[in-house]
Amino acid sequence: MDKLINDFGFGLFFWQFIILLVIVFILGKFAWKPIVNALEAREEGIADALAAAENAKREMANLKADNEKLLAEARAERDALIKEAREIKEKMLADAKAEGEAVGEKMISQAKATIESEKAAAIVELKTQVSSISIEIAEKLLKEELANTEAQAKLVEKMLDDVKLN
Amino acid sequence: MVTLKKSLNLLAAVIFTASSVFSYAQSNAQTLGESVQETEQSLGETINAAEVADHEHEAEAEHVAGEKSQAEKVQDHITHHLADDYSFIFFSDEETGKHYGFSLPVILIDNGLKVFMSSEFDYGNKVVEKDGQHYKLYHGKIYKTDAEGTISYDEAHHPTNEKPLDFSITKNVASLLFTTVLIFLMFLSLAKTYKKGPNNLPKGFARALEPMVLYVRDEMAVPNIGKDKYKKFMPYLLSVFFLIFLLNLLGLTPLGFNVTGSISVTACLAIFTFIITQFSANKDYWKHMFWMPGVPVPMKIMLAPIEILGALIKPFSLMVRLFANITAGHSVVFGLIAIIFVMKEALGTAGAVGIGFFLSTFLVILEILVAFLQAFIFTMLSSLFIGMAVAEHEHDEAHH
Repeated sequence: MDKLINDFGFGLFFWQFIILLVIVFILGKFAWKPIVNALEAREEGIADALAAAENAKREMANLKADNEKLLAEARAERDALIKEAREIKEKMLADAKAEGEAVGEKMISQAKATIESEKAAAIVELKTQVSSISIEIAEKLLKEELANTEAQAKLVEKMLDDVKLN
Repeated sequence: MVTLKKSLNLLAAVIFTASSVFSYAQSNAQTLGESVQETEQSLGETINAAEVADHEHEAEAEHVAGEKSQAEKVQDHITHHLADDYSFIFFSDEETGKHYGFSLPVILIDNGLKVFMSSEFDYGNKVVEKDGQHYKLYHGKIYKTDAEGTISYDEAHHPTNEKPLDFSITKNVASLLFTTVLIFLMFLSLAKTYKKGPNNLPKGFARALEPMVLYVRDEMAVPNIGKDKYKKFMPYLLSVFFLIFLLNLLGLTPLGFNVTGSISVTACLAIFTFIITQFSANKDYWKHMFWMPGVPVPMKIMLAPIEILGALIKPFSLMVRLFANITAGHSVVFGLIAIIFVMKEALGTAGAVGIGFFLSTFLVILEILVAFLQAFIFTMLSSLFIGMAVAEHEHDEAHH
């Protein structure tokens, strides 16, 4: 301990004190603080850049998810549209068929009615013609039969007899 | 065989560490048991060196003249390396007594400012005269003496001569200044890269510094102080971490610094941490220190001195931990290098060089780890203490 105290040099202590002060303060101003600040700034920059990259990644993922969602929606919409179109088509076909059937039936029934009426008209005309022909025949017959006076008198008499009977 | 060598090395390391710290702690040298010498040869030699070294203080104090043994020279060298110096010597020629290096300015405040180069002392051989006052360099310290350079001693063989107020640029101060310049160059270049924007990455050497700054921040400051408050203390923590780390590392180079292994430096660092801790402390910290909440009144009175003592012991432990670790590391590395000289006879030149080289290389690698570890621990504990002082106690105090 004695030797230790003896070894203590005040001059060396003094110079060490001055030098340490110089290193701490002068180097502190021109080196330590700029270095520490720069390192911190760089680390913050790196952290920020990493955070930004992470954000960008997340956004990309979001965007991708959105895209997929949109795509899925579009696909679903397309499917729905196609389904609807098919339904419409089927409905239209069914409708057209039904309408066509109705129209056909109507036309058939109309045709039937026309045929009926034509038939009736033809029958009526036939009847009139038959009657007129019969009348002509009858006329001609009567003319033949009643060509002499006697036959005429006989007929009148016969008719008169019929009237009496009534 | 390898494991044996390693364990031998570790044993030697432990003994060397202990011996050097021991010799520091006790100026009255104590003799190690003589039986130790009879242990394994290499180990015995190593211990012998340490033991002889322990005697050395006595020997020096008594001014025993004569040839020094190899082991004494080694211990002298280690002691000299660990202590501060007034000149920067890279190597010396023993035979001619020439030192290769450069001298540093001596600055004394003693009836005015006195500045001269340490070369005037001629490594303690000459007495320097400035403005009628004589100074002598004796065992790494400058004393006021008379014209002949007489040194008087007390019973404990300590010089009783007056010491002038000494602000010299010693070896450690020069090393500190050199390291400071390096730190400035390194971190100003790193700071410059961020001027173009925080996303401009540093290039070259600065690129290696950035992870270390981040390490200090993420492993020490933020976990201990908290995310909101750490920024205020970052200049101090970074300064201390890099200063200690760099000084520790440079201490392992052949430049031969031992700055973090001197008590003045670690004391200064610890005092800084202490001051910062006390001045940034919030109300809760003081409340916990003087009037511990949630305990009975007698306990409060009992706890206050313990808490105050704790607050003082914390920086003291910081100071001693760094000092002891680095001193021990330097002692052991030097000791292992000294094997080359000490065991030359026993193992032959090649064998001694080989073992010395192998062991010291292994240890220097370990010391690199220690260099980092001590810087880490000092900074970590500093931030822990600061964190304790600024911690918010949001929970109910009654639950303590």
